[in-house]
Amino acid sequence: MNTDKLVVTDRRHPIKIARGLGSAYSGVHHWWVQRVTAAALVILGIWFVILVLGLLGADYATARTTLARPWNALLMITFVLTMFWHAKLGLQVVIEDYIHTRWKEVFALVAVYFLAVIGALASVLAVLRIALTP
Amino acid sequence: MANTQRPLSPHIQIYRWQAQMVSSIVHRATGIALAIGTVVVVCGLLKLAGGEASFNEFRRVIGSPIGMLLMLGWSWSLFYHLCNGIRHLIQDGGAGYQIAQFVRSSWLSAIGSVVLTVVVWAYVLTAGGAA
Repeated sequence: MNTDKLVVTDRRHPIKIARGLGSAYSGVHHWWVQRVTAAALVILGIWFVILVLGLLGADYATARTTLARPWNALLMITFVLTMFWHAKLGLQVVIEDYIHTRWKEVFALVAVYFLAVIGALASVLAVLRIALTP
Repeated sequence: MANTQRPLSPHIQIYRWQAQMVSSIVHRATGIALAIGTVVVVCGLLKLAGGEASFNEFRRVIGSPIGMLLMLGWSWSLFYHLCNGIRHLIQDGGAGYQIAQFVRSSWLSAIGSVVLTVVVWAYVLTAGGAA
């Protein structure tokens, strides 16, 4: 074997490459979930716009029975969960980029997380009430 | 600002405005606007679950002039973030990084979002009637 051309280009331990977690120890998880939720929201967002446009002139009873239909209720729950998840990830990046005082940054990150969870759960609860009660 | 004395890289006021940077900035801005707009989605669902009186109140607020103006802003934000988001997903796949392509797709997102907004509001104001 000709060893003249063996050049070390990567000085990381092989296990570090195998784990693929990079310098932040969290890998591309945040980036990837942001993209997966984005792809889902392309479909769910278009569905949501069409649903709302269909309910423009609708009265209370029509709006309620429409959303209570199994597919609509299912897609609405999927939509709000994906929407809040994507919003949380996006706002997190904005906060990390622009807030340079550590305590304010952490406070904003936790506040956004709390608000996203409460918003998502409130929405799911509302859809369940609409779908499961007459 | 960061509590450091090190020199900072030039901020946006240094650069000439161009489609690539504006499309990126607007993507963020509309994202923030849409995150605030999630409040309306939650309110709508809670008001619909809350009964006829509460839902009619929600409809009245949304159908008011200020409500309609906000909905116009949020609908354009949604369509811009949607168009430009699809563009970013394509770019994440590795395509469209030639400078000419990049500029063209920036304009495509902007024009697409305006077209979608106009189409939807034409429908709202004709077929749907004002909320």
